[in-house]
Amino acid sequence: MQFGVFSVGDVTPDPTTGRTPSEGERIEAMTRIALKAEEVGLDVFATGEHHNPPFVPSAPTTHLAFIAAQTERIVLSTSTTLITTTDPVRIAEDYAFLQHLAQGRVDLMMGRGNTGPVYPWFGKDIRQGIPLAVENYHLLRRLWREEVVNWQGKFRTPLQGFTSTPRPLDGTPPFVWHGSIRSTEIAEQAAYYGDGFFHNNIFWNMEHTAQMVKLYRRRFEHYRHGSADQAIVGLGGQVFMAGTEAEAKRFFRPYFDNAPVYGHGPSLEEFTRATPLTVGTPEMVIERTLGFADAVGDYQRQLFLMDHAGLPTEVVLEQLEILGREVVPVLRREFEARRPSHVPSDPPTHASLVAAGPDAPHHLVAPVRAAETVVTS
Amino acid sequence: MSRRIVVITAGLSRPSSTRLLADRIAEAVAAQVGARGESVETEVIELRELASDLVTTLTTGGLPTPAVRRARELVSSADGVVAVTPVFAASYAGLFKLFIDVLDPDSLTGTPVLVAATAGTARHQLVLDHALRPLFSYLRAVVVPTGVFAATEDFGGGEADALTARVTRAASELAALVVAERGAVAGFVPGAEDLRPRRRSGNDLDEDVPDFETLLGGLGQ
Repeated sequence: MQFGVFSVGDVTPDPTTGRTPSEGERIEAMTRIALKAEEVGLDVFATGEHHNPPFVPSAPTTHLAFIAAQTERIVLSTSTTLITTTDPVRIAEDYAFLQHLAQGRVDLMMGRGNTGPVYPWFGKDIRQGIPLAVENYHLLRRLWREEVVNWQGKFRTPLQGFTSTPRPLDGTPPFVWHGSIRSTEIAEQAAYYGDGFFHNNIFWNMEHTAQMVKLYRRRFEHYRHGSADQAIVGLGGQVFMAGTEAEAKRFFRPYFDNAPVYGHGPSLEEFTRATPLTVGTPEMVIERTLGFADAVGDYQRQLFLMDHAGLPTEVVLEQLEILGREVVPVLRREFEARRPSHVPSDPPTHASLVAAGPDAPHHLVAPVRAAETVVTS
Repeated sequence: MSRRIVVITAGLSRPSSTRLLADRIAEAVAAQVGARGESVETEVIELRELASDLVTTLTTGGLPTPAVRRARELVSSADGVVAVTPVFAASYAGLFKLFIDVLDPDSLTGTPVLVAATAGTARHQLVLDHALRPLFSYLRAVVVPTGVFAATEDFGGGEADALTARVTRAASELAALVVAERGAVAGFVPGAEDLRPRRRSGNDLDEDVPDFETLLGGLGQ
């Protein structure tokens, strides 16, 4: 099972000091967090993509390449890549290039964007959000899998005899996750292609998250990629840890109370009850996180949100130490112990996809259609 | 079959004249449904108790608290609804609208609703027709013809009998709709029941997802 961190890259004043980091400081902090994640044995670092203040990460491949140059093992991902407003040709080329630089340590999470105005800023119509996600991703799959692409769609200029360069590393496109909180069409999309489904449950109640994952699993089986419990699932999480629960709450409360998304609203205790937020000892985080699998089934990737709400970078790095050294080793052991042998432990990686060979379903634009052709002929 | 009436009341003080009116109407509705040979269960949603849950839901991107989830279930499964609000600044109370805003837009589709309001003076009485009726029309509810408006004087003055008569008339109209048989005989022409959107609480996922080939069809391939 993979464990990691995902950053939204918000620039938020520290409510205890009133100090706001500069954009440069925040970018540097994200880099240090990625390096620390590798150092303490985490598997994944994922960065958000935003095009509006107070967020800094507008150029994920630039940042991930910089991190790739300073790391050896950690998988670099996004949380999320805007498939609606970014030209699929750019995504195909940027991330294939990144694959070469990072020697395959790359996967992507597709998302539709968190703010309405981002659509018109990039010349798109928010009312077409789902169709954009559907068409653009289909084109992206073709650009990564077909040497020469002729294309005519609804949303971008047609392509004639186009080859995106560089070609994916080892002829193997990166593994893709589809992230969605509420849109059932996106769970359906992930299931259709046999891609991963990531539910960012950190602002949502577990009943809802479980329903979305269950829908994806059911449709994954429907499209014959495997049984429902073999579907590739990722979840978010949000924790703050200290030696005692009281100490963790004392330190984290002002950050929680003033946080951009939920600050000045529900109490820390209410939010803890309703969502996966866990503020307490490492043991409490372990117990809570293990409970996620009871709700959604055995899953393959757990990403934690650690650096947000103005927390000082030094504190975030300490939190990563605790997470990597005390929490994740236990979680790995316990999750493995409960996982049935036919359920994959890890999501596909570049190495596993290359090993599966060029005839594996991953290399097909639409594995479902190919399977149907075989059955009927 | 027992019918379920849900009373939504948005009074802010305690005791509240809005709640008093709500209870009177609820009692009259129960009597009128009973008179038509059906039993009644009445549930009251006191919005004052939900105030912070509503704000939490609206300010955290839609995260429903357990109390909001329960209230949504009640409303979306009710056979009839009585909605009572005080009048503030020429309209329903903000608390009342907060509650409407956390409901699924299809939670009241086709549902009989009795609207009522309280205010200090009778000059506000058109709020029923200028504010509450359009709101419930938007939600595709069936609002009964008689609305109940009570100004302070209606609770004790010479108009008390008129209020009672109005409550009874509105309750009778609601009861008639609550016990009415709905839908056409299966297999014949589609009735209104078959054509209108299904009622939803908003708590559960709508799992009717179009097949992906359908989503992809018509787009670039």
